[in-house]
Amino acid sequence: MEQVELANKNDIVMDIVNVTLRFGGVKALSHVSFNIKRGEIRAIIGPNGAGKSSMLNVINGFYTPQEGEIWFEGKRRPRLKPHQIAYQRIARTFQNIALFEGMTVLDNMMTGRMIYMKSGLLSQLAWWGKAEREETENRLVVEKIIDFLEIQAIRKTPVGVLPYGLQKRVELGRALAAEPLLLLLDEPMAGMNNEEKEDMCRFILDVNEELGTTIALIEHDMGVVMDLADRVVVIDHGEKIADGQPDEVRNDQNVIDAYLGVSH
Amino acid sequence: MQTLLFALEVSINGFMTGILYALVALGFVLIFKASGVFNYAQGVMVLFAALTLVGLQQGIVPFEHLINNLLGTSIHGFGWNMPTLLALLLTLLSMLLLAWLVERLILKHLVNQNPVILFMATIGLAYFLEGFGDLMWGADVKKLDIGIPVGISDTVEQATHEWFGYGFFIDRLDITASIVAALLVIGLTIFSQFSKTGRALRAVADDHQAALSVGISLRRIWVIVWSIAGLVALIAGIFWGTKSGVQFSLSLVALKALPVLMLGGLTSIPGAIVGGLLIGVGEKLFDFMIGSMIGGATENWFAYVVALVFLLFRPQGLFGEKIIERV
Repeated sequence: MEQVELANKNDIVMDIVNVTLRFGGVKALSHVSFNIKRGEIRAIIGPNGAGKSSMLNVINGFYTPQEGEIWFEGKRRPRLKPHQIAYQRIARTFQNIALFEGMTVLDNMMTGRMIYMKSGLLSQLAWWGKAEREETENRLVVEKIIDFLEIQAIRKTPVGVLPYGLQKRVELGRALAAEPLLLLLDEPMAGMNNEEKEDMCRFILDVNEELGTTIALIEHDMGVVMDLADRVVVIDHGEKIADGQPDEVRNDQNVIDAYLGVSH
Repeated sequence: MQTLLFALEVSINGFMTGILYALVALGFVLIFKASGVFNYAQGVMVLFAALTLVGLQQGIVPFEHLINNLLGTSIHGFGWNMPTLLALLLTLLSMLLLAWLVERLILKHLVNQNPVILFMATIGLAYFLEGFGDLMWGADVKKLDIGIPVGISDTVEQATHEWFGYGFFIDRLDITASIVAALLVIGLTIFSQFSKTGRALRAVADDHQAALSVGISLRRIWVIVWSIAGLVALIAGIFWGTKSGVQFSLSLVALKALPVLMLGGLTSIPGAIVGGLLIGVGEKLFDFMIGSMIGGATENWFAYVVALVFLLFRPQGLFGEKIIERV
């Protein structure tokens, strides 16, 4: 219900305005602006080192830009720490899988529910009342996501021993467990074989369509991007060089030049 | 037969000492896992906890030497003894306060620095705490007695005498220490496996960035971890302090934790425990069997030699993660 009301009010989830990010003298991002609409799959593409990952890190708060504004759910976002941004229900995955290797699939996904669990330390120590209720409630949500991602069979397996493709799926599951308003995927298909890629593609589409989750993703594989994304923003040398439907972007001369390495 | 029984008795005594080594090593491992900091001050935390406990219990006025020297007064204690339970509680609170201050004043400013810098910071902390403890409670050797039974256990001696015809000399303090340490380890394990905060602790130990991305505050976790390390230090301090008096040499116990860590692995809690027990039993047995042939006092160096051998053949320790550098 809440979801629907919000959607009526405002169909822009995130508006990135004029963001500039510097590391010392190096400009990683230079006056980049684009928005992410509710319910869409928004791709951020560009050649290696273009600043795509930096953009994602700005959105989830790992980097703080020197200039520019980020508007989220209609409000200008103040400077926040990464773990506070998680509480705004922005979840992410990483390019190199960043799972908690020592833990089981279930435990990994339960960490995704951290932002909903508010029991105090003492209650947890006693494992009584609120803490116990909370575990049970959040466990139910996680079990639904486990079903959704078809990973029931490996619930109790330590993630370290899983094959790469499954680890990526678990990482997606951990992000989904936060029931994100905005889901960030950093090269979800990187390093996968074709079969794994197809699976992941299907899950991303399902997440978007069935759960209605807004997704922003970085991807290298142009074919995949064109199939998945509703809109594409292209970054090269830290600057936005194109923004639009996949077809428009594909035929944009600047984009072709950037990918072929034509000097400006 | 007699020799074998004697060796068994020596082993049991070594086992009990090993538990205390394990306890100190556990403090190191907890902090190292969660924050990548090798906390040189862990040993001094043991001393500081014991000093604070004794000081409070015996009603010593904090900084009384300093006050007397500055103001020309001659205060000597409050003149009362604090109930042990209250003193324990206050000591625990001061260890929690210490954890909070360490995060506030040191770790917070050194986030993302080179581990060597953090290590240096903990060396600074160690010397500060040592001096501060002395200044606050006085540098003299103090006797710690919080009512834990000490002395050779008659029950064990009689029982073993009946069974084997040879009475084992086992200190009652060691028995209590073993039970408490076991309970502590069980408690910590349950907490870390089954509670939300425990899960967050394990998450931070595995991957800082991923932990942040799911909403875990690293700084909060560090305070919790240092608090737990403070609790562990307090318990180690109580037993070592009762055993050998509260004095500077207590902080040197930590040096024995180093070979334990080399043996067990810096990142493994079971490693710290098994390593502690192996070193404890090993050094006592070695001294008993070989010590007399090579002039005795092997306990001082045995642990380090074992650690050295381990560094050569299995640098990650028994249970540590194998270090694979991606090139």
